[in-house]
Amino acid sequence: MELHFKIFRFDPQVDRGPYFKHYTVAAEPEERLLDCLNRIKWEQDGTLSYRMSCGHGVCGSDGMKINGTCRLACQALVKDYQCPEVVLEPLPGFKVLKDLVVDMELFLEGIRLIRPHLLSQTHPPERERKQTPEERKRLDEVIRCILCACCTASCPVSWSNQKYVGPAALVWAFRYIFDSRDEEHQKRLQQLDHPDGVWACVNHFECTRVCPKEIPVTKSINLLKREIEKTIR
Amino acid sequence: MEIAASADVALISKVYPTRSHSGAAQGGIAAALGNEEPDSWEWHMYDTVKGGDYLPDQDAAEILAQDGPRAIYELEHMGVPFNRTADGKIAQRAFGGHTSNFGQAAIKRACHAADRSGRVILDTLYWAAVQKGLKVYSEFQLIDLILKEKQVVGLVVYELATGEVHVFHSRMVLLATGGFGKVYKTTSNCFANTGDGVYLAYRAGIPLEDMEFVQFHPTGIYGLGILISEAARGEGGILRNGCGDRFMEKYAPTIKDLAPRDMVSRAIDTEIREGRGIDGRDFVHLDLTHLGKERLAEKLSDISSFAKIYLGIDPTREPIPVQPTCHYMMGGIPTNLEGQVLDHQQQPFPGLCAAGECACLSLHGANRLGCNSLLDLVVFGRLAGKRMVQDLKHLPWSEPPRKPEERTLEKIKDLKARSRGEKAFVLRKAMRKVMMDDCSVFRVKDRLSGALTEIRRLKGEYEKVAIDDHGLCFNSDLLEAVELESLLGLAEAIIVSAMNRQESRGAHYREDYPERDDHNWLKHTLIRKTDNGPEVFYKPVTITRFQPKARAY
Repeated sequence: MELHFKIFRFDPQVDRGPYFKHYTVAAEPEERLLDCLNRIKWEQDGTLSYRMSCGHGVCGSDGMKINGTCRLACQALVKDYQCPEVVLEPLPGFKVLKDLVVDMELFLEGIRLIRPHLLSQTHPPERERKQTPEERKRLDEVIRCILCACCTASCPVSWSNQKYVGPAALVWAFRYIFDSRDEEHQKRLQQLDHPDGVWACVNHFECTRVCPKEIPVTKSINLLKREIEKTIR
Repeated sequence: MEIAASADVALISKVYPTRSHSGAAQGGIAAALGNEEPDSWEWHMYDTVKGGDYLPDQDAAEILAQDGPRAIYELEHMGVPFNRTADGKIAQRAFGGHTSNFGQAAIKRACHAADRSGRVILDTLYWAAVQKGLKVYSEFQLIDLILKEKQVVGLVVYELATGEVHVFHSRMVLLATGGFGKVYKTTSNCFANTGDGVYLAYRAGIPLEDMEFVQFHPTGIYGLGILISEAARGEGGILRNGCGDRFMEKYAPTIKDLAPRDMVSRAIDTEIREGRGIDGRDFVHLDLTHLGKERLAEKLSDISSFAKIYLGIDPTREPIPVQPTCHYMMGGIPTNLEGQVLDHQQQPFPGLCAAGECACLSLHGANRLGCNSLLDLVVFGRLAGKRMVQDLKHLPWSEPPRKPEERTLEKIKDLKARSRGEKAFVLRKAMRKVMMDDCSVFRVKDRLSGALTEIRRLKGEYEKVAIDDHGLCFNSDLLEAVELESLLGLAEAIIVSAMNRQESRGAHYREDYPERDDHNWLKHTLIRKTDNGPEVFYKPVTITRFQPKARAY
């Protein structure tokens, strides 16, 4: 079958402003949209830029807006796009560096500020620290995050409030707040107990809808809110 | 991280570090913790040696197995979210080639975090490194090693965002550039795995070791090569042919579907060749339907979602079509046990270390066991770091030669200046096809020489390769063309090494020499780039505890 693409193009060093360019590629129904993008790049127009690496939804490189929804090009299949045109745009709310490549600096800095590592003063035992399967299970969903930024790019609050920590950073906060081995539970919660922290989230559920790893993002944020109310208020 | 306190460390990565391919490791990391059943590091060492068909250097296998538990506890203390047993210990599961009591039965040795073990380890280590103050240069691609009188004194690096070429002046470089599965058409490897570091070492005159040993993982998703972890079989999954038979009973009567990867891949391809693929086609089935919804959701959720997304298959109800996929390079840059890169006279190459898949210790020999590569990274990566701390105490700063970036700038200029020529993808596609057809699971002399002729033709064509993008910003068109030089050089090294080894051992199976030949071939291949083409020579295997014997499972 043939697929028609309309792709956002912008090279700030050359172009006065962004524009869309049209491409047509032959594709099999089971192929990924990433395969189509590669074919466009390799066979038709080498100047097109986008990020990609693992090609199967593990590395989180190829998040983009596909027909209005943020998702990974490597997880979108041709057969699900039986439409006159597939429109590809960079992740909204992010500064475009070139074509579909956006600046992730601020997003990743937001993750770093959440302190995405175990905080513990207690000297660990010689062997592993004990953790029950139930305690560990609380983390099952959030450890799937691959930092693709689809959630933050889809969040209407993030679009209008640059200071909001955003859904991805909150997922990483959850990851450590509910890890029974972490000892900064209170301080981590205090860090989020802020109008631009968890309370900025007003349950649009867009993050949950788009997450390519099916993380219940909104639910996790609400559990953080509940934990704050329960323990530090 | 070992050297963060004693030196100014730059972490240079062509992709944002947590997007590297270690993150795609699914099944787990091996160590004889004995949390599920009695285990011992000697058994682990034996399995590593036997799994590698007696080619691993046994001093390396011993360190790996002995240091394994310490390494796992260190990861746990850093925060890796391993799955747990009912009594709160790190959970372990069965994996290919890991056995109890020197081969008696399959054993639960693989520590895991569902089927995203690599990603959570990578995330944990990365953020810990950031915490320690390492400077991260993300989306900076290595283009050249700077040598001065046979010492590495820095790197030439291309910044993707700006197109600038930077010179990093250094006292020590540790290459951790991963594998080069992208040489093959069907591979579980990511697009970034183009062997840049390995090729640059080769180009600098360092020999490469055991390049003929290329691991094909038995269970790649049919047509796509995306990995379905061995954990699927570790949890009880079964391979079935077109007749519905559990064919691994025939090839490995004791541990069946949990035989080492080289044996299972050969078994699958044999079934297919003899007409017992599914409907006579070129794949078999991986059956997980009897494992139950809960177990798949808890222990194998990523691979379940891969089956759903890419095949529209619910693995709780239907089997997954699979075929072997290029997965791991046992060979690479030769190093000693402390990660120091060795030159052609087995002497450390000053200023240069290597660790991980790009290095060859040789720890994995002719075939790597599943769950031993993540362990390799944390055990030998740490030892290399410790060695670097020692070396930094006496290594002086050495002035780099004048304009070390000249060759790189010249190459970029050349590529951008050419208006006509073959596109890189055409050559890449031809390379990947010929490597898959003629230098993969089964190999034979005539087809290997045909493949070599074709790769050399492609190398000739490469001199005329042209690109579309002449810009500076995120010019991946340019970088893909640069990477192709590495891939073609490494493809040639694989074929020449494979042609020379006239025996079958581990992942290297010669139809014209189907037996293992310890008398003539119990030795490591070394291949070195010279002006007259690659030169092959050999070095002995270190054998300590386990004398070679027949390899049956």
